[in-house]
Amino acid sequence: MSHVAQGRGRGGFIAGFLFAPLALYLTFVIWPYVQTFGYSFTNWSGQSPTFDFVGLDNYAALMKDEVFRGALWHNLLLLVFVPTVTILLALFFAFMVNAGGRGGAGGVQGVRGSAFYKIVYFFPQVLSLAILAVLFGAVYRSDGGGLLNGILTRAGLVDPQKPVEWLNEPKFVLWCLLLVVVWHGVGFYLVLFSAAMQSIPKDIYEAALLDGAGRAQTFFKVTLPLLWDSVQTSAVYLGIAAMDMFVLVSTMTSGQFGGGPDHHSEVMATVLMRNFLYFGKSGYACAMGVVMLALTMILSLVTLRATRRERIEF
Amino acid sequence: MGSTSAHGETGTGTGSGAGPGRRDLIKRSAALGLISVPTMSFLTACASGGDAPKAAGAKAAVTKENPFGLAKGTKLDVVVFKGGFGDDYAKAWEAAFDKKWGTSSTHLGTPEITGKLQTRFNGGNPPDVVDNSGAQRIKLDVLAKSNQLADLTPVLDAPSLDAPDKKVRDLLIPGTVEQGMQGGKCVSLNYVYTVFGFWYSGKLFKEKGWTPPKTWDEFLDVCTKAKEAGIGGLAHQGKFPYYINVVIMDLIAKKGGLEAMKAIDNLEPNAFEGSAAALAAVEALYEVVEKGLLMPGTNGLTHTESQTAWNQYKAAFIPSGSWLENEQIKQTPDDFDMRFLPMPLLPDSALPFEAIRAGAGEPFIVPEQAANKPGGLEFIRSMLSREWSTIFAQQANSLTVVKDGVDPGVKLRPGTQSAVAALKQAGTNTFNYLYPDWYSEMDSSIQDASNELMAKRIQPKEWIKRAQAAVNKAAQDPNAKNNRRS
Repeated sequence: MSHVAQGRGRGGFIAGFLFAPLALYLTFVIWPYVQTFGYSFTNWSGQSPTFDFVGLDNYAALMKDEVFRGALWHNLLLLVFVPTVTILLALFFAFMVNAGGRGGAGGVQGVRGSAFYKIVYFFPQVLSLAILAVLFGAVYRSDGGGLLNGILTRAGLVDPQKPVEWLNEPKFVLWCLLLVVVWHGVGFYLVLFSAAMQSIPKDIYEAALLDGAGRAQTFFKVTLPLLWDSVQTSAVYLGIAAMDMFVLVSTMTSGQFGGGPDHHSEVMATVLMRNFLYFGKSGYACAMGVVMLALTMILSLVTLRATRRERIEF
Repeated sequence: MGSTSAHGETGTGTGSGAGPGRRDLIKRSAALGLISVPTMSFLTACASGGDAPKAAGAKAAVTKENPFGLAKGTKLDVVVFKGGFGDDYAKAWEAAFDKKWGTSSTHLGTPEITGKLQTRFNGGNPPDVVDNSGAQRIKLDVLAKSNQLADLTPVLDAPSLDAPDKKVRDLLIPGTVEQGMQGGKCVSLNYVYTVFGFWYSGKLFKEKGWTPPKTWDEFLDVCTKAKEAGIGGLAHQGKFPYYINVVIMDLIAKKGGLEAMKAIDNLEPNAFEGSAAALAAVEALYEVVEKGLLMPGTNGLTHTESQTAWNQYKAAFIPSGSWLENEQIKQTPDDFDMRFLPMPLLPDSALPFEAIRAGAGEPFIVPEQAANKPGGLEFIRSMLSREWSTIFAQQANSLTVVKDGVDPGVKLRPGTQSAVAALKQAGTNTFNYLYPDWYSEMDSSIQDASNELMAKRIQPKEWIKRAQAAVNKAAQDPNAKNNRRS
């Protein structure tokens, strides 16, 4: 049998296996994307098979849409803060849990009770976003019955006649939501970083210790460089989550599909859904979808490029 | 991405390997068959699946008893919103319908009308009757614009089941038909008769010796007394500014008369800006905010949270429609004595104190492409009989649009009772806005502005400006010219 035929046979064999998943992927992922592109050039209402082709009108309108621009800005803010805060906290905790402890005869270990902390930090991750929304709804509740307001009034910091309406304050609402995401995410990334840290050979740490490195030095000179791959992946994941945010915003804030007060917590996904399902502007919403897709893709590429570093083998 | 209805493809995987041999080809086409069978069924439900041929439903002869030609043995597909009214009433109706007509009906009660039905409307296989209500309803203006709704005029002109010599429309509470108009056609039958205004606890008022206010000044007075007693004056469902808009819009209509209301529905350039009634109404409400007479924190509460706080005597008043009693039935103390209060009057109002916003809600529709359209229409006609109306009143604690439609034997709860009394006193002095059904986007913008007003972030003048901007934007919609009321 010739070399070429053998190669072709193997190619066919592999393609045969790939066929089913590929077909599913094409049908349920790629084809909807393509359709979204198509619809974004129409005035489809979302409730009827008939519509007209309107060219680039939807995109032109999108450029002038202040609500959408505001939403985009909020997404960008979240994009900066969600990954940064989550990763920094997760790294700090993971380091403390795995290598932050001192004592013992020369061994590298976490702070006391680290096994317990690891489990506790992971708790939030097992809650679904819907439960999270209810839970934090009770925390941020705008009258004396809310957890935060209850504590603050009892401490005498807030006038019971004027409780803080956390989610109805333009200045606070986005940060309140950010806190929920971070609270939810830190545990998962802590475990992720822990696993990566445990694969770092102990002798590297011991060598650093023998050379008299402190905690900070060990972290920045040893741990972080060896964790860079995980950090990079986490940044992409968290970035994508920050571009979405739909569930939390739509359930926790006011307005149809959330975004209130007065669009101060609006993200692109909520504007999209409102136009798609509530205003009957599905074609327009599809144009937003296309823009979101483009932005998310650019984001992934940029992140992967910007965080590219020489890989350290160990 | 956003497109939930977009799935399905025919030409999946046209050759994914280079140069397949003949045997491969056979193997692959078998595999393709496995994939494409399920995908084909998706295709039929796909958005642009479009003009799938309609199986022509069997039709019987049209007679006086059977005005739409409903055939025996056909299927009837009923989907109802399952919310505050439950769906037991619909099950009872379907059983009665099947018994009378020999049909077999299928029932779906769900809070997610859009989720369950959007693909079916797009695919051209919608149910035969839908109670299109709740937060996840499909917006009527959107459906109507897409020609998805059957004209219900034949039902309105058909003989009534209670009095065959009269037309169905003659036995409905006035305004019902008007409420179902979209672009000049009656496309929805709003079945539940709802009264809007303030609600208070008879017990609390008796205990404190307050009298229910008839003017806005008296209203502010009660609120002030409540505040002195350590209770909030006005509670509202802040997370959903829909409710506080009831107050604003009622005040405008009562101050400026029906003309002021129609100016808004007809998107006049002076609907808000330059309207003395509108400015007076918004300033009156803003006084409540400025004087600190709102229940603390109410601006951020959901409807359940605020209404429950009100049930716990933490506020004197709350605005709502008459579904409130059924909605709060579990949270209301037994001796609460829920009472309805028409919107108090501003000085020099055009309408009397007794005038109330009352209108039909809970829109039932028959899709234009329904497989059994005669069945759907006949179902609507049956709903408008006294028998079915009584079933509804018993199962859902609410009134229907059928005139005198509830057996006197049915005992009503105190809130509903007081609403019925208020309706009687109002007589012909009822009014109702249509813009929320006609212009979703405008409604939503005005709600945003009201939210800002209540939080003291904008002033009444700014509210007027924003509301007028929303009106002007809606007026640019080419479909707006079909929606006119006189």
